This record gives sequence, C-alpha cells and structure tokens, in this order.
Amino acid sequence: MSMLLNRKPDPAQTRQAGFLMLEGLKKPWVEKFMVFKGRTIPVAATRLSCADRWGSVKARWGYRRMRYSVLPGLYAVGAPAEASPVFVSANYKMSFDALRSSLAGVDAWILVLDTKGINVWCAAGKGSFGTKELLGRIASTKLAAVVGHRTLILPQLGASGVSAPEIARGSGFRVEWGPVRACDIKAWLAAGGRKDETMRSVTFYLRDRMAVAPVEIAHSWPILLAALALAALHGLPADGAWFGRSFPAAILLLGIVPAGTVVFPALLPWLPSRAFVVKGAFLGALWALFCGLAFGMPWLEAAAGLCLAAPTAGFLAMNFTGASTFTCQPGALLEVERSFWPMITSIAAGLALAIGGKIFGI
Amino acid sequence: MKLKYLKNGQTLALDAGACVGCGACVDVCPHAVFKIGGGKARIVGRDYCMECGACARNCPAGALSVKAGVGCAAAIIIGKLRGTAPVCGEGGCCGESEPSSCC
Repeated sequence: MSMLLNRKPDPAQTRQAGFLMLEGLKKPWVEKFMVFKGRTIPVAATRLSCADRWGSVKARWGYRRMRYSVLPGLYAVGAPAEASPVFVSANYKMSFDALRSSLAGVDAWILVLDTKGINVWCAAGKGSFGTKELLGRIASTKLAAVVGHRTLILPQLGASGVSAPEIARGSGFRVEWGPVRACDIKAWLAAGGRKDETMRSVTFYLRDRMAVAPVEIAHSWPILLAALALAALHGLPADGAWFGRSFPAAILLLGIVPAGTVVFPALLPWLPSRAFVVKGAFLGALWALFCGLAFGMPWLEAAAGLCLAAPTAGFLAMNFTGASTFTCQPGALLEVERSFWPMITSIAAGLALAIGGKIFGI
Repeated sequence: MKLKYLKNGQTLALDAGACVGCGACVDVCPHAVFKIGGGKARIVGRDYCMECGACARNCPAGALSVKAGVGCAAAIIIGKLRGTAPVCGEGGCCGESEPSSCC
C-alpha cells in the first residue's frame, strides 16, 4: 500500500532506497517523497520548471556540463504501484529531464544509473550505462522487492552498453528496448510497446544539429583569441591606419568560428564530400574568398587568409564528428590521419604568406 | 535525409548459420542496418552502420560481431596525443548529443 507524504524523508529510509546521500535529493524537481513498502522514494515532477530549462541551456553551452547530474537510484513519477513499469535512465540531468517530462500522467518507476553525469548514448559507448552498472543498481535498490513484475524499459540507445541477455541471466529482469527519443514514449506505450521505424531510428535533422552547436562555439574561444591576436599583429605598425588594416583581417579570421560551428552543421547534408574536414575546409575557403573580395584585400593577404581559414574551419568541422549521430571510428580515424599534415602545412603557409607580406611590404 | 559517412560498417559481420532470427538486432539498431527474412537476419544497410556495437552485444546467439568504437575525431586526437586508444568525454562531445532531449 503506497502513501504519498509531503514531509521530509527519514534519512535511514532514504538510504534503503539506494541513495547514499540525502542532501542531493533536496531539489526543486523532487515534488515529494512517497513511502512504498516501508521505503521512502523521491517523486520527480513531470513538468519541467524554468530552472530546469535554464539548466539545459547552460549545459548546452558547456557551462558546468560535467556536473549537471542527478543522484543515481530509484525515483517515482505519478503514483506508481507494484505493477507499474520501470524506466531506466542515465544520471545526466538532461537525460533524466527528457524522460520524466515525457511521463506526465504515467505512474512509473525510474531507475537512474550512475553514468558519471553523461548522457545515455555516450555513456553506453563508454560502458558506464552498462550491464554491470545496471545489475549493480538493480541489486542496490532492491528493485525486485519493489515491483512485482520482471521487466525493465531501457532507452534503445543504451543497447551499445547493456546486454539484454546478460541482464536476464544476472537478475531475472527482461530488458525491453523503448524508443530512441523519450518524447515517443507515450505513443510507444499506447501502441502496446511496438516500435515503428521512426521510433527506432536516430535522426540528425537541422534542429538536432543546431542543438549540439553551442558547445562547439563555447569550445572555440582559443581560436577567437588567436584570431584577434593575429589580426592585431597584421595591422602593425600602430599608427592611425592600424584599425583599417586590422579590421578586415579580424572579420575574416573571427568568421572562421561561426563558419565551422554554426554554418557547417546547418549545411552538413549539402556540403561536398563525406569527410567532415573537407566539408569544413570548403566552407572556410568560401568565407575567406568572400572576405577577400568584399574588402578588396591584396591577393597575398587573401591567400594567407584562405590558407588559415580552410584548415581551421575543417578542424572545427572534424570535431563535430563526435556530436554527430552517424559517424564510425574507422572513418573518423581516416579523417584525422589524412588531414593532419595538410592542415599543418596550410596553416604554416598562411602564416608565412602573412609574415612575408609584412616584411616585403607586398 | 539519411546521411552516410566514410568506411561505414566494415567490421560488421553476421554469421547466418548461428542466427536464430529473433530480431534483437533489428530492435536495437539505430540506423536500420538489419532486416529479418526467412527466419534469419540480413544486413541491408551496411553503409549506415556506425559500429556502435549494440547488435553484437544483444545478439543472444552470438551471431554478430563488430569492432565497436566512437566515431569522434576529438577522442581519436586525444588518444593519439597520449599514445592510447581513443579517449572521449573531456570537454568533447559527450553530454551533448543526447537525441532524447530533442523535444
């Protein structure tokens, strides 16, 4: 018999539910605590607050992203009972938020694994959203004593880390692979747990690509600083015409970052070649040519800009392989190995042209 | 639009003799690489395989094998700098590309 309470939980009881610390549960998104079979279990809200959404925005921009986590353990949404479904999630807060906000009106248990604050798919690739962690978490939360059934619903993308046959052998629980996206859960439940091709497929549409762009921008500050420094040096000597000489170079060099981190993911499907580095270099070169024409740069300066912009935008684009949803390791390795020396050579040539142009006053 | 990359699915191998046709691979593959026909799985979309390893890990018959790894240039570069296998998750992509947070 379950009972919903609006009081502070008893520390000892909370520990029974698989939590080691109580402090970590005093969160605005914990609506209340319920007592079920003598155990106190936090009930998570299914509506995201402004604070939750703002937290996602900050994490998308990389701010304290590695610490954006929730405590692993057993949670409830709604008013679950013995027969209620168990959903398994990662302890990256954005993953947990995606799941709980997709369960409005559903009475369910959520088993949060310790994935070190990493999302389901990446954690599955590393093995922290894995067979061993899930078996351990089933045992430490005494899940078998909470629910009467023996079925766990896992996000499909967890399958690269979790072996359903091994979970069945090790715990008696049968793994059911839910949809890829949490927002499809209700439709999936309504369809009696049958997935269609869309629910099963990973996409990389414009909105998916742009959602992962901010962190790439946030990681590009060293390039922006280097661009400013180079442009300032290029404008020397520091006389009245310094700004006039520095400005076009600054625009060309600074523009490489949005070209490689925003325009590149936006245009990804339509850029030439399958190699990300080539797609990015193409965009960087186009940008340098555009700036050269728009500012009427001397040919040497424009050539230097092109030699710097193409490999830098290519490098930024290549780093996007990790945020994409369709790249494999042998392909990424090929890109890294084939592009290393051409990128270094091009940047060296660009710097040599810029310096040579200054020295010889071309 | 389905996107293709380089060298996709080259390490993916299916032992048709061992396959029991249960469809676990179809269920876990995020890129529709498999189809079941005549009681056996077939590879129908090797070009889309990103070698995540989900199929091999969940095949109850051990009929699938794939050399799983992250398709992340940053992880490969960090690994090369340290002289190790690809290392991911240090300020890189991880924590970001969560498709379940799309909506």
